Amino acid sequence: MAYWEPIVELGEAPLVRPGSTLREVTDDIARVTENRAPRGWWICFFVALSFAGVFGLCVCYLFYRGVGVWGNTAPVYWAWDITNFVWWVGIGHAGTLISAILFIFRQKWRTAINRFAEAMTIFAVICALIFPGIHVGRVWLLYYVFPIPNQMTLWPNFKSPLLWDVFAVGTYFTVSLLFWYTGLIPDLATLRDRSMTKWRQRIYGFFALGWRGSNRHWQNYERAYLILAAISTPLVLSVHSVVSMDFATSVIPGWHTTIFPPYFVAGAIFSGFAMVETVLLIARTVFKLHRVVLMRHLELMNKFLLLTSLLVGYAYSMEFFIAWYSGNQYEMAHFLVNRPTGPYWWAWVWMVGCNVVVPQLYWSKRMRTSIPVMFVVSILINIGMWFERFVIIVSSLNRDFLPSSWGLFRPTIIDVGTFTGTIGVFFTLFLLFMRWLPMVAMAEVKGTLPQADPHHKAKGEKHHDAVVDEQPPPQAALVPEGAE
Amino acid sequence: METNQSAPAHKVAPSLILAEFESAHDVVHAAEKVRDAGYVNWDAHTPFPVHGLDKAMGLRDSRLGWIVITCALTGLTGAFVMMHWMNGVDYPTIVGDKPGGAPGTLPSMVPIMFELTILLSAFGAVIGMLFLNRLPRHNHSVFESERFRSASDHRFFISIEAEDPKFDVDRTRVLLEGAHASHVEVVEEEAS
Repeated sequence: MAYWEPIVELGEAPLVRPGSTLREVTDDIARVTENRAPRGWWICFFVALSFAGVFGLCVCYLFYRGVGVWGNTAPVYWAWDITNFVWWVGIGHAGTLISAILFIFRQKWRTAINRFAEAMTIFAVICALIFPGIHVGRVWLLYYVFPIPNQMTLWPNFKSPLLWDVFAVGTYFTVSLLFWYTGLIPDLATLRDRSMTKWRQRIYGFFALGWRGSNRHWQNYERAYLILAAISTPLVLSVHSVVSMDFATSVIPGWHTTIFPPYFVAGAIFSGFAMVETVLLIARTVFKLHRVVLMRHLELMNKFLLLTSLLVGYAYSMEFFIAWYSGNQYEMAHFLVNRPTGPYWWAWVWMVGCNVVVPQLYWSKRMRTSIPVMFVVSILINIGMWFERFVIIVSSLNRDFLPSSWGLFRPTIIDVGTFTGTIGVFFTLFLLFMRWLPMVAMAEVKGTLPQADPHHKAKGEKHHDAVVDEQPPPQAALVPEGAE
Repeated sequence: METNQSAPAHKVAPSLILAEFESAHDVVHAAEKVRDAGYVNWDAHTPFPVHGLDKAMGLRDSRLGWIVITCALTGLTGAFVMMHWMNGVDYPTIVGDKPGGAPGTLPSMVPIMFELTILLSAFGAVIGMLFLNRLPRHNHSVFESERFRSASDHRFFISIEAEDPKFDVDRTRVLLEGAHASHVEVVEEEAS
């Protein structure tokens, strides 16, 4: 059986609509970068750009006045900044999961969404890296975190998990960027070859590095891609584990738990998949990609969300159980009293409600395949995962060991502006990406078509099938899914 | 069959023969024929990696893995040496009653040793791939052909270079036409 044939016994459907030709795949995806932007794009872009502008103003004010413009104060010294950092890094993880782990498991359906998810990783990690960067207060001394000679002849302390984090997230960003760019090279060559204007040809041509689809090149290229996928897989698992060690190696009740690394990784994949889905649904509607991003892909993502939701739910209940089972009074006070009934009980309710309760809808196939439901649920999961990090960070800090030093954290307008601003930065970058780069990996989608199989032609009449390739697509293929 | 005719004032010489195929199936079988005919300086151009084409072209396995493992080991040992020297030798720092260098702090070195292994492997994979492919290279005779634009879209090509010892404009063309090429063209370049 050929790899592209769906296994009917398992209820599998074809990856791309039957009858799609190589040319249609190129046209569908490349024309987005060639046509004028639809009005929906401009609306989204200006909204996103406005928020990015607010972010710029907030950061300027922060640099001018100092970290005091945020609500961080004793005993809550880590608040929204680190919450946002962990949230954004987590969102990035789904991209690597889709591009690397699903690649290694030969999950061909990933080709519809992997470019997208990789771009999301890069932009999310950019947003994430901003927060620890601006949280240090004296941003001009940020180079202290790097092992470079400085005027104090002092080296960084490599025993600190915060420094591990610098290396982990920095490596993660660099490797994601390399992986993304490597995947883009053949598609940039496609855009170069289709370009009608000289400037398009020059710019895409420059970045396509003179790619000519040579099979001698593809051989090394595929090996490079496989190696990048293979090294990204442990990398993505390590990054959020290292992020969780920022907390887990401390002695704060609520942070000092051994379950953190796997729990953080599961949560990261959960929130990342939700964000991929949110963005994908917007792009699919705005750019009419119904022929490439099928309901089948969305349903698979929803099943993944259900699975990771259960993992996250397990971690929540295990934290409770271990707090009780340990018999440690601080642990019990924190997990059993402060979180569900303390001053931030509402954050805890948001966290459990959005992350554990709402995704249970996906046990029903009708819910899994409804576009409005999945749009709302994906946004709720993103909100829930933000609250998870807020609960972990702020509600663990606000009630110290001594009741005399207890305090509450209240966000300032600058906190709000900075956070919503990074959402604007993220979507601004994303919209630019969707407009100017192929947002679906054309070469990879083509590789999953039946025509890509060298044995495909042997079955039918030789040389006559080629004529069929040239026919315009049947009108039925243009009807958006869900419109039936 | 046509040839790219340049202005007669320039002296031109064929630089390669480009054959176009309509399907992955055709290009794989044509590649087998070209391989069996004993050509050396030739290539197949496809919009996506076609499975079985490596074998049909008689290519040896990619050597990229060796480059990457070298980079990986450099990253691993480099990270260890860096941390041991900085925290244990040059400016010993005792944190949490643990000495600065190895072997006492080896466990705390694991994350950064791992990350730098990955970082250098990734650079090795991408730069090594470009090095083995001799890219970036923006000028190539295949780009002289207008039809070659579809090589990144929906068509499959085989190019045989004039440098090949067995190259002969007429005989090579007959070989490719016999291999079910849908179009064969001779790409010419100004002789320098």
